[in-house]
Amino acid sequence: MTGAPRSQTARALRNRGFLTLCLACTTLAVLSLFLLLGSVFMQGWHGLVDQEAFKAVFSEGHLSSIPNLIRWSFFTEYASRRPDAAGIRAPLLGSVWVCVTCMVCSLPLGVGTAVYLEEFARRNRFNRFVELNVRNLAGVPSIVYGIIGLTAFSRMFGLIGKADGQPLQFGDPDSFFSLRLPFGQSVLAGGLTLMLVILPIIIIASQEALRAVPKSLRQASHALGATTWQTTWHVTLPAALPTILTGAILALSRALGEAAPLLVLGIPVFITSTPQGPMSNFTVLPFQIFNWAGRPQAAFHDLAASGIIVLLAVLLSFNGLAIYLRHRLQKTSA
Amino acid sequence: MNAPLPTPALLATRAAQRGTLRSTALRDSRERLVRGALVLTSVFSVGITFAIILTLAWETFHFIQLPEVTLSDFLLGTTWSPLLGAEKHFGIWPLVCGTFLVASVGAAFALPVGLISAVYLSEYARPGVRATLKPVLELLAGVPTVVFGFFALTVITPALQGLCKLLFGAPIFPGYNATGAGLAVGIMILPIVCSLSEDALRAVPRSLREGAYALGGTRFDVSVRVVVPAALSGIMASFFLAITRAIGETMIVALAAGGLAHLTLNPASETQTMTAYMVQIFLGDAPAFGVENLSSYAVAAVLFTLTLGMTVLGNVLLRLFQEEYE
Repeated sequence: MTGAPRSQTARALRNRGFLTLCLACTTLAVLSLFLLLGSVFMQGWHGLVDQEAFKAVFSEGHLSSIPNLIRWSFFTEYASRRPDAAGIRAPLLGSVWVCVTCMVCSLPLGVGTAVYLEEFARRNRFNRFVELNVRNLAGVPSIVYGIIGLTAFSRMFGLIGKADGQPLQFGDPDSFFSLRLPFGQSVLAGGLTLMLVILPIIIIASQEALRAVPKSLRQASHALGATTWQTTWHVTLPAALPTILTGAILALSRALGEAAPLLVLGIPVFITSTPQGPMSNFTVLPFQIFNWAGRPQAAFHDLAASGIIVLLAVLLSFNGLAIYLRHRLQKTSA
Repeated sequence: MNAPLPTPALLATRAAQRGTLRSTALRDSRERLVRGALVLTSVFSVGITFAIILTLAWETFHFIQLPEVTLSDFLLGTTWSPLLGAEKHFGIWPLVCGTFLVASVGAAFALPVGLISAVYLSEYARPGVRATLKPVLELLAGVPTVVFGFFALTVITPALQGLCKLLFGAPIFPGYNATGAGLAVGIMILPIVCSLSEDALRAVPRSLREGAYALGGTRFDVSVRVVVPAALSGIMASFFLAITRAIGETMIVALAAGGLAHLTLNPASETQTMTAYMVQIFLGDAPAFGVENLSSYAVAAVLFTLTLGMTVLGNVLLRLFQEEYE
């Protein structure tokens, strides 16, 4: 080894020094997380807690005030120009609508592609290309998907619509079953755009899940005379389901936190209605947080922090659910 | 009770009702149908790539056809002033420069810290410590990027300003600056570097470590001179992935880096990245056919080319330097 010090103590010293450096770096990494969470919490908890009830419980010991601790108006009110009256009702429900739409569209496509690549595809040039393509798609920035979503879903390449630029409307605009072409800034356009973002994630996670299923299970099924699809449907997919679900939930939490692609679609910041169907306009929580954080007044920064706490709480419970599901399903299948 | 014996026809009917078809012709046709549907789903993912390439190429072509734009100005120009001033300039370099400035600040923080943390987790930490720290870092990976942007704006930049005031007597950093945004990007990509590098380090076979220990190596010698070089391809892959994410990051720079596109490498200055420019255009309700709208497609084309190039290069490096251990 070149440059290695000969003396035993020098080597021991260097070993000790590197350990210190390691500890410092790891502490820095963990510290940045706690600093992030801590600062957001310090700024945001006021907006989520009813101050009078808080005082009653913790200073005066009135335990009966515990149910009033949470400031529900933050969840039930629409956005407002006055920070103390503003709430996240529209973005919260908008996030739910758009994420459900996104999952309904992306799960069949993603799992289908993974099943094809892992169970059906022969190793030919086309299939290798599909696989490489999925890996490359995973590295495309989400804002680029936003631009594609804007062009393909929101504007439909400018090919569809009336001559005056108004969209074609089918059915009653206020009902659930209506259709508007092009999709504009609707829940469906948002869900499809987010589908583009998370499709590669779902495909890769499902591929890994299918690959982890032992070969012997498939061979046993084939030996009983099952076709490839019968084997996939009755044997491989059930065995891979826990891992696929975990991957899907992680992809869902990615979709829930995305703001950039939806921002490109041009979704509104200020909206005082909740979605009624796939053609309704909507806004999402990360975008509302972005809007509040970008304003100069400190009161809106506090609102942004409160919104972040809600968003992180939802994401954390999703991740917890993923871990629980995996644990539970693995137990029942074993 | 004397039930009639089930005839084969009855059995077949019951089987059909339960959904288990007995006819091999039906079974085979269903097989073909399913196979066709699955092929369609995978063709869809290829279609996305073609949609991206065709859309960006088509709109960029239209952008270059505009009277106020020339291709040489776009690719070589050093002034980006699409919105203000009597004469508009569309030179991409200030935006590329801003993107690399923010990404390099982030990489300068995240690559060393992430790699050294990975070495610690894989080589030094006791299993209990590792089992606690790794989920914590994965938690960091699940935080939405808009949260990091908020953090950059309300914590990192004020902290930088306070630090500079303490040291130099003046808050050198403006309210929006490349360092604040870059550090937030660094914290965002840190778990990618750490987690993937750690996976690569752990994949190095035990026998290599034991061989090095047998030759009298200290833990430092073993981890830095044997394990890290052996896992280099995986580490490089994690670096490439992290830098790609940093280049494409949008919400952090839109919140914390500012909106001034100029050709500078000063990390204390306000800057605009390619992604932040797109945010500026689309937040401003750009009309579908204006020059601003088309310019954002051209910027997106450059961004897509860059990130795709990084991803492909990362994959090639991974394959070139991958070492097989038995």
